[in-house]
Amino acid sequence: MDIAELRKIAQETQVNKPKTCIRCCSSSGCLSSQGDVVRNNLESAIAKAGLKEEVEVRRVGCMGFCGQGPLVEVDPVGSLYEQVTPDQAAAIISTLDPTLPPSESLPFQGDPNHPFFALQHNIVRQNSGHIDPESIEDYIATGGYEQLHHVIYDLTPDQIIAEVTKSGLRGRGGGGYPTGLKWSTVAKMSGKQKYVICNADEGDPGAFMDRSVLESDPHRVLEGMAIAAYAVGANHGFIYVRAEYPLAIKRLQKAIQQAKKYGLMGSQIFDSPFDCKIDIRVGGGAFVCGEETALINSIEGGRGNPSPRPPYPAQSGLWECPTLINNVETFANIVPIIREGGSWYASIGTAKSKGTKVFALTGKVKYAGLVEVPMGMTVRQVVEEMGGGVPDGGTIKAVQTGGPSGGCIPASALDTPIEYDTLLALGTMMGSGGMIVMDDSTNMVDMAQFYMDFCQSESCGKCIPCRTGTVQLYEMLTKLLNKEAKPEDIEKLEALCHMVKETSLCGLGQSAPNPVLSTLRYFKDEYLELVKSE
Amino acid sequence: MPTVSPQAQVSQNHPEHPSGDKRFKVLDVTMKRNQYSQDALIEILHKAQEAFGFLEEDVLLYVARGLKLPLSRVYGVATFYHLFSLKPSGAHTCVVCLGTACYVKGANALLDTLKAEIDIKPGETTADGQVSLVIARCIGACGIAPAVVFDGKVVGKQTEESVMENIQPWVTGE
Repeated sequence: MDIAELRKIAQETQVNKPKTCIRCCSSSGCLSSQGDVVRNNLESAIAKAGLKEEVEVRRVGCMGFCGQGPLVEVDPVGSLYEQVTPDQAAAIISTLDPTLPPSESLPFQGDPNHPFFALQHNIVRQNSGHIDPESIEDYIATGGYEQLHHVIYDLTPDQIIAEVTKSGLRGRGGGGYPTGLKWSTVAKMSGKQKYVICNADEGDPGAFMDRSVLESDPHRVLEGMAIAAYAVGANHGFIYVRAEYPLAIKRLQKAIQQAKKYGLMGSQIFDSPFDCKIDIRVGGGAFVCGEETALINSIEGGRGNPSPRPPYPAQSGLWECPTLINNVETFANIVPIIREGGSWYASIGTAKSKGTKVFALTGKVKYAGLVEVPMGMTVRQVVEEMGGGVPDGGTIKAVQTGGPSGGCIPASALDTPIEYDTLLALGTMMGSGGMIVMDDSTNMVDMAQFYMDFCQSESCGKCIPCRTGTVQLYEMLTKLLNKEAKPEDIEKLEALCHMVKETSLCGLGQSAPNPVLSTLRYFKDEYLELVKSE
Repeated sequence: MPTVSPQAQVSQNHPEHPSGDKRFKVLDVTMKRNQYSQDALIEILHKAQEAFGFLEEDVLLYVARGLKLPLSRVYGVATFYHLFSLKPSGAHTCVVCLGTACYVKGANALLDTLKAEIDIKPGETTADGQVSLVIARCIGACGIAPAVVFDGKVVGKQTEESVMENIQPWVTGE
């Protein structure tokens, strides 16, 4: 495969597409509500109406408006149909004929210009919902794999790393570590064998951004990983996907196969001396395996126990070789950064938090789904303007970010701009992207207990502060909820939180007390109310 | 100095398990495909659980011998990951997602309804072996919370009534 052949595939794919396209979301959420039956019915209706040459029914990835699925969009007219049922397919087809009156059984038409869509800036999710995730040709038609060619034939590893550093991209898995710096560290390591790992173990409850990218645009992640491998001197990559994402695994496997067939992955990519073999490793349902050293131990066939750092994986990781580990969303940003330049990316966002972030907006919110917004947008803009606020006129009590490692943003702080540092200052964190809206019916102590239950169940058991600390914290929260606690128990609770935070071996234990500390900070009255009155 | 048991070598050369159970052949193929690498333990256990439904002791022993690992190591890995089950599951499995979004939207009430209906706790199987009840920490279907999985099929926006409707056929044996 050379660049001319690649561009020919792109051209032929575009030229063959009919002018009208009916896009059907085929991500897990919409599929679970019979999205595939909707698509099949649309295809049959098109065939029946003899419109196969003029209209394409395309299976696409996630459109992001997940709470309103199954979703169908029609190009070029720009209609958005929500909660489509299989029997409404014929009605949608009838709209293609302007001489026919609108059918009564037409599905609800949403507003594609609603702030939910209009305020987004789609970089990571640029192709999601537009291309068929199971068609490499669709991806190539968007310019896919051009950047990989560019990187191999036109740039040096140093130039690539410089561009990523210039972009200001920070790890999107939650750590926020400067990506360029991490790549540079791995690149500088000596050693014949290096590895690249994509952390697709998205374990935070309430987060499904990575699942969506893998199901909707798997090639974007593969291309990002290959560019990274070239930049740091690796030739072998692993994608560690959690077992709970079977569709993502299937789409990734297909994508790798397709890329290999075209000579875009595997040996001698684009007929160059560069090899990049990517394998998939499926997780076993352990949240702790999202922690990089535990993940590495899992790929090596062991229990997912974390290891002390230093040494960091960049220096000694998978099979003690220098290893680059990045999150799915981080890799998905690489192709646009190489294509448009690091300066372009750095012009979006704020001084210390560049670019965009994908959030999974869920909970007590009118419009649940995935939104990609520039850093610096306020929490209120996302939750109220885009998400529509709490349904049925309720009021927002708090917005939780960062999953079990994070904390809550109280209603009084909703005008905080979303940046790594501003969220840390509030006592929470950016995290992987879960953003859960809670209303007045949520008991914050109950939420703290919920998160602690999760952490104590997921604790690997290796270090005492986390193994016993999370259990004790859970017990103390239960005692509070059962109204059996004394006033001094709240002080003990807080003290134990700090001990677990400061002495645990890995991020799981270090951040497990965060939801408790955060709710103590903003909702102390709810704790005090539960204390046993004398 | 303990030597490799002749059994381990036999399992690499001899295609059939002494019991004649053909499912062990699937394991042989998987182990061979992974070049009997000890690092491939988790991939092999995934395949084993798929083929046998759960990881019974015989299977763990077979894998241990095939990969020349102590049984304690294989057991340690099998018991670490929530996905692996050392007990047989029921004919039907119901997974209630207790992820944050689902929890905030009332997943606990759904779990209570199911617990009451089939009279077992999460992690258990009904006495007649028909239904297993499991909780998941998050299946990533947060946009359609609260979500429940019935025999691998995810259904979203569940209510106490809808989960009862979905579980009824399994309970009445239809």
